[in-house]
Amino acid sequence: MALALRIEDKLYITKFRVDDKSHLKIKDKEKCRQCIGRPCLTCCPVRGYQLQEDGTVAADYEGCLECGTCRVLCPEQNLEWHYPTGGMGVIYRYG
Amino acid sequence: MAVDISRSALEGASSMTGGETRFDVAVVGAGPAGTTCALLLARAGLEVALIERGPYPGSKNTFGGVLYRHPLEQIVPRFWERAPIERKVIDKQYWLLTEDSAVKLGHRSRRFAEEPYNTFTVLRAKFDRWYAEQAREAGAMLIPSTVALEAIRDERGRVIGVRTDREQGDLYASVVVAADGVNSLLSRQLGLHGELRPEHVALGVKEVIALGEDRIRERFNLEGDEGADISLLGAVTKGMVGGGFIYTNRDTVSVGVVANADAYRRSGNSPVDLLEEMKAHPLIRPLLEGGQLKEYQAHLIPEGGFDAMPPLCADGLLVVGDAASLVNAAFFEGSNHAILSGQLAAETILEAKSKGDFSAQALAGYERRLRQSVTLRDLKGLRRLPGLLHSHPQYFAIYPELLNEAAHHFLAADGRPKRDKVRGALKAVTARRSPWQLLRDLWDVWRGTNLWP
Repeated sequence: MALALRIEDKLYITKFRVDDKSHLKIKDKEKCRQCIGRPCLTCCPVRGYQLQEDGTVAADYEGCLECGTCRVLCPEQNLEWHYPTGGMGVIYRYG
Repeated sequence: MAVDISRSALEGASSMTGGETRFDVAVVGAGPAGTTCALLLARAGLEVALIERGPYPGSKNTFGGVLYRHPLEQIVPRFWERAPIERKVIDKQYWLLTEDSAVKLGHRSRRFAEEPYNTFTVLRAKFDRWYAEQAREAGAMLIPSTVALEAIRDERGRVIGVRTDREQGDLYASVVVAADGVNSLLSRQLGLHGELRPEHVALGVKEVIALGEDRIRERFNLEGDEGADISLLGAVTKGMVGGGFIYTNRDTVSVGVVANADAYRRSGNSPVDLLEEMKAHPLIRPLLEGGQLKEYQAHLIPEGGFDAMPPLCADGLLVVGDAASLVNAAFFEGSNHAILSGQLAAETILEAKSKGDFSAQALAGYERRLRQSVTLRDLKGLRRLPGLLHSHPQYFAIYPELLNEAAHHFLAADGRPKRDKVRGALKAVTARRSPWQLLRDLWDVWRGTNLWP
């Protein structure tokens, strides 16, 4: 079915005005290496977190839908999570 | 473009007051709660700033969803004639799903197709924008593309304004209303509460899918601008506390799935996969066939109920809507409570203004009003429910399967006498859940929902 889309395609269809700076920051990379479960890897609705070869986690802010789930679930409260600059980030046209 | 307009508006206001931008009230967040509050205060003649972090109100907002007639009707009479509503909901269905079957319950009523309507499907980017425009027309200053970074406090800790992410963007006000949604960075920065607890929030992901009006009418058995609202329980959340939904808009459908954040964490399920699997479900796929994705969305829902509420007021501050956790998850209600809380906050602020006192004590009338309202009476009645669902995942994992199994036994004509079939249906149930457990589960729901007269 044409409706089964990859997340990249869903985000391509959804409108964003990408900020030039990230609104997500991992405070201590080392903590992610030790983290059990790493819920950010699975809970993010845009798969914005990727496990790196060295065991750290990289956050991609560009496709972020600003839901806050990663922040709430981070076992170490290791995320600095802000809103993007005013007017930036996801812009719902339907909502 | 919106950025430039609002920037000059803010600087204009600033220069008028000789450098310091002062309002009676600064409302942070132009969703249903904030806009209601700003609209009513502006009507009463107060100087109100309505701060919105998106380029236009609604651009960051989403819900299932339906908007109830009550209590918005009291604020904008006959709003459905002017507001961008999608469809009037006449059909509410609950589907209790397994992987390949469903037990369906529902209510369709012609009465819902006539005034007074009960509920409407809306798309928030359109509705919230329209609603905030009503506040602007009433005299509130809408300031979009602006993030409220933190509350400004005086030496005694009283909130006296908000710092925004604009240059010279400090706004001073007698009262700040935190209508900044579920994440409410403002109320957390003020220390009203700590980080949201995973078990107190649910993550919703949703797609808006274009189908065209004709296909929507045919597939959902609707006429004209009538709409359907389908709640999906069971297999779609893989046993997690939550459910899916399908709402018919004018020429699109809103399809999504909501599950508790802690359940996501414990199960390792991915919301991305969950939604894809739900759309591919054999009972759901035919409804969506041939549709075209228009938008993908995600949002947290504060579902912790009564006991997850933060303090609702402080010196110079009120908390409304999702920021105050005013969601009745069991009945899929939130925007109506947001509007009511905005209304009660406005009433309280007007009372405080008449006394010239904006202390926490003077603003405590907000909490009193809220406690007497349907919002907190319902949330209080259901206060045990979030914890109960958390400790009883069987309601979502086992019962939909049991009901389907029993229905299958009962309905299949296979040459066995009906008495045997009833026995078979009962057996199918008791094999999974003993009579004692069944009674216990029923009793727990009864006790957990203190709604019984």
